[in-house]
Amino acid sequence: MNSALQNILTITKRELSGFFASPVAYVFIVIWLLLNGFFTFSLGGFFEVGQASLTMPFFRWHPWLYLFLVPAVGMRLWSEERRLHTMELLLTMPITTSQAIIGKFLASWLFLIIALVLTFPVVLTVTYLGDADGGEIFAGYVGSALMAGGYLAVTSMTSAMTRNQVISFVLSVVICFFLLLCGFEPVTDLLVRTTPEWLVNLVTSFSSFTHFLAFQKGVLDSRDVIYFASLIGFPLFLNGVIIRNLRAG
Amino acid sequence: MIKVDNLEKHFGTKRAVAGLSFAVERGQILGFLGPNGAGKSTTMRMITGFIPPTAGTITVGGFDMVENPIPAKRLIGYLPENAPSYTDMTVYGFLKFCAELRGLRGDACKRAVHRSVEMCFLEPVLHQSVDTLSKGYKHRTCLAQSVVHDPEILILDEPTDGLDPNQKHEARQLIRRLGEKKVIIFSTHILEEVEAVCTRAIIINHGKIVANGTPAELKQRSEMAGAVSVRVTGVAADTVKARLASVPGAKRAAIVKDEAGSVWARAYPQDHTVNGALARNVAEAAAKEGWKIDELHTEEGRLDEVFRSITWSETKREESK
Repeated sequence: MNSALQNILTITKRELSGFFASPVAYVFIVIWLLLNGFFTFSLGGFFEVGQASLTMPFFRWHPWLYLFLVPAVGMRLWSEERRLHTMELLLTMPITTSQAIIGKFLASWLFLIIALVLTFPVVLTVTYLGDADGGEIFAGYVGSALMAGGYLAVTSMTSAMTRNQVISFVLSVVICFFLLLCGFEPVTDLLVRTTPEWLVNLVTSFSSFTHFLAFQKGVLDSRDVIYFASLIGFPLFLNGVIIRNLRAG
Repeated sequence: MIKVDNLEKHFGTKRAVAGLSFAVERGQILGFLGPNGAGKSTTMRMITGFIPPTAGTITVGGFDMVENPIPAKRLIGYLPENAPSYTDMTVYGFLKFCAELRGLRGDACKRAVHRSVEMCFLEPVLHQSVDTLSKGYKHRTCLAQSVVHDPEILILDEPTDGLDPNQKHEARQLIRRLGEKKVIIFSTHILEEVEAVCTRAIIINHGKIVANGTPAELKQRSEMAGAVSVRVTGVAADTVKARLASVPGAKRAAIVKDEAGSVWARAYPQDHTVNGALARNVAEAAAKEGWKIDELHTEEGRLDEVFRSITWSETKREESK
């Protein structure tokens, strides 16, 4: 067990240092922070709302920002290994495929969490200006990190399907977009009018949007946590199945 | 150390490997020969545990590669085809990463990396990023990765591919040196390499073993093996040919070259033994005739000829099916 953990950490360390060895990481972080600033203070109307809360102006945009930024981070995870044939090198090491998948996933997730933590000035701003609810903000951050993890797991899976990073990006955006839309109000409103209620509930329960909303309100519900845990776990499991099929030929 | 039994691999309806069985012991260097697409790389990928076999078993150091891959993989160092490596890392970083995945930590890890760097002459590029390296250095970086944990078994897929003649020579010497204490399987297209390095060679065609033996044994299967070539001046070519064909022990004779009064002729033996008897008989006959012999030697047989005759006839048979 100990050696399994060490293998995962070794891979995580390599992947993470790989991010910061190239300019991609810095470009990503700058774009992420700029977009966050723009959406929060301009479109989100942070000052106009007049509330010491991050729910509406800040966290509300994360699902949409992640929709493009997370696939951009994760699209090369396995497609690059396939293209450069390093997968053959990696998987003939004395490690299991799951250790490789988890190690790579953790590295990218950690990177996304670092980027998320770097939005801290907005927290400083809101606490300086008013009496903000620390618990609500914390829950929002946890939810945001979990959501990024869910999208990333989907991207990790799609990146194993192809050697082409662009295809992996597009596939991942499409899947994540579906996950978003099935809980997005304009869509659910349309569904309510045409389909039975149980179906609407089923569809919305698959949505990352609905489950993230709970976190934004400061509610840490076990159902939402389980949802995101399965949104991470299931695609990573499929990721393993895809790689096994690739190797079996 | 390595035992392969009835190994099969199917890709769809294509049988890439069709029932391979062989065993390799410590101190042996096994050369894998075969035309492109013969199943060499596929076999190596199965032995190293990258792809699972469709049928058959692979035992590495007593561990079954399918049932118990982790301890089996620990014993193996592998250089995949085209020597892939993580191009965004430095040579040192890459080797350290591989050593860590092999379970080496701290001082042991550092020592292992330095040993492999010395072995593969990577000192000058140690802190350079892999994608800035020349092909030869890239190749050696991946080779260094395969020996970093001092494995008992080395599987090298075309280890000299894309190297210049000097580097090829170095790589061969390295393989020979390592082969004294380890088990090495390597694949190649270059037949002289097999003669220079291998203790045993297997020729594969269409996923099946078509020849298995020491390079000397294989060479004996050549038509040339044991033939005596002779150069005579001042005698008509037809006379030489007729006389050589009637030498005791000769099956037939042929003119190789006839130019400027000097004739190259060759007498082929009845059996493929290389023992000098035919050469003595040819010399005696020449002395009796009073020929002036400029040169006379016994041919050892040529591997490329054996390779071609085996893989070509096989290919034709496959195609006619």
